Amino acid sequence: MSQRMPVSSSSRRGKKVLPVGHYRGLGAWAVFFFIFLYLPIVVLVFYSFNANRMVMNWGGFGIDWYLKAFQNDDIQKAVWNSLIVATVATIFATAIATIGALVLARGGNFRGKTVSLGLITLPLMVPEIVTAVAVLIFFNAIALKLGLINVIIAHITFCIPFAFMPIRARLEGMDTSLEQAARDLYASEWETFRYVTMPLLMPGIVAGAMLSFVISMDDFIITLMVAGAGSTTLPVYIYSMIRRGLTPEINAVCTVLLFVSVAIVTAYWIVSKTAQSRAVH
Amino acid sequence: MSAWLPKSAAGRCWLGLAPSYFVIGIFMLVPMIIMGVFSFLEPNPYGGVRPVGSIAAYVKLFFEYDLDNNLVFNPGYLNIILRSFQLSFGATILCLIFGFPVAYYITLQPEHRRNFYIYLITIPFWTNLLIRTFAWIIILGRGGVIETPLLAAGIIEHSLRMMYTDGAIAIGLTYSYLPLMVLPIYASLEKLDFRLLEAASDLYANRLEVMTKIVIPLCKPGIVAGCILVFIPCLGAFIAPNLLGGGKKLMLGSLVQFQFASARNWPFGAALSMLLLAAVVVVLIFYARSARMRAQEEGSG
Repeated sequence: MSQRMPVSSSSRRGKKVLPVGHYRGLGAWAVFFFIFLYLPIVVLVFYSFNANRMVMNWGGFGIDWYLKAFQNDDIQKAVWNSLIVATVATIFATAIATIGALVLARGGNFRGKTVSLGLITLPLMVPEIVTAVAVLIFFNAIALKLGLINVIIAHITFCIPFAFMPIRARLEGMDTSLEQAARDLYASEWETFRYVTMPLLMPGIVAGAMLSFVISMDDFIITLMVAGAGSTTLPVYIYSMIRRGLTPEINAVCTVLLFVSVAIVTAYWIVSKTAQSRAVH
Repeated sequence: MSAWLPKSAAGRCWLGLAPSYFVIGIFMLVPMIIMGVFSFLEPNPYGGVRPVGSIAAYVKLFFEYDLDNNLVFNPGYLNIILRSFQLSFGATILCLIFGFPVAYYITLQPEHRRNFYIYLITIPFWTNLLIRTFAWIIILGRGGVIETPLLAAGIIEHSLRMMYTDGAIAIGLTYSYLPLMVLPIYASLEKLDFRLLEAASDLYANRLEVMTKIVIPLCKPGIVAGCILVFIPCLGAFIAPNLLGGGKKLMLGSLVQFQFASARNWPFGAALSMLLLAAVVVVLIFYARSARMRAQEEGSG
């Protein structure tokens, strides 16, 4: 692959003089890159409409596998579990992250600030499998066997940094003069927070909540290790389907989950972009 | 604010941070410490541990007992660890070769189009890793998207057997973490002053020199950050080696999971996790040191 690096000085062949900093073949490389990035997704969606029992053998167009997936009780239960876990984890993680971000962005320089920042972003730095093992051992050591609640606790923990980052970014990009103006006009600290800071911060909170929802919905390894029987989430169920054999039913379920994620990420993108453009004006 | 809140600013700070400390401390930091303790205990044959101190888990990394109960060197696990490092390193290099030109290409675009490209790169990243890796089975597998047309056209006569190879794992890893390489490189390239490139060119630097002497040194922080962001999750990867390596070509991540799911040797699994954690800490220290050195260079220069 490396011999196709566009950096190789193709300029000597020079048919047309390129501006400085431009390289021949960069555009083609980018096209190749995006094909690589999207090919698996296209293939996955395409084969979900396969009428055949085997994923790889094309047996004509059909939506039978979607119907079958929607009627599958186990899938329905897994979807419910995923939704419950993601919703509860998002609410808690976002609330905890919001308070943490407010303190870290507005609390000035206090002792332990760097340590606190490190602790909140710890779940991002530790490999997921290590987190999974640690949490599994911990729940076992304290003999906590509450089914879905175990899963929810683990999800809240690793969702906090994902909710935290957009909120903190928003807070640091915010102009504090509005808050100061409110204080000058005799708004109490609470009023300033409720009527000035919170509305301005809202896009960050929404973005953080959406990210943690997607992260929780998509988590696999930690849930696989922590979830007992009966608390299977959708990704864990998909994994067991893959191990049993490849049918287009997997593709159908995956396609639905894929579109849910894409929809949420697109919404996140729009929210954070409008927030940006509003902040500029 | 309200009367029940602490009066001092510092007190309030700690009150606000308390929930974060509570959740991450209790459910992440304490578990990691317990994991460290477990790695020095004896395994219980049915999973879990017995409260007897032992370094057997760490000995098992390098040695095994032969029939006469003598300790002999066993490279089996060491090979898995080495392969994990090799594959992670390979995937990181592939991501760099693949991602850097694209990050650079995006920087050259007008601003509204840049945002759209970044959006396109983040979309696969936020979609389920398991699903994306599963899609590669359909592409690489026997009778899959690559093989079938080649077989039909008579270009190849037999299956290419691409699945369950190290190559398949490397492709899966590269695909999984590619956005983590592109985004930090793009972030540092975005700040690049393109007048520097023109200046270099005016001073008779050719295109290759402009790239190697101006662009790459200036976006080195982004490159280093990208490499670390790719390397660390690769090292602990579970999905790609399990689905594309068929569970036979193990990597550290899948070996750890195996200790808890099937082998029921918790201390060994914990010891392997500690090893993984140590590798991450080493990488992060290296990163912090290079960042500090860079800051010093900028400060003095």
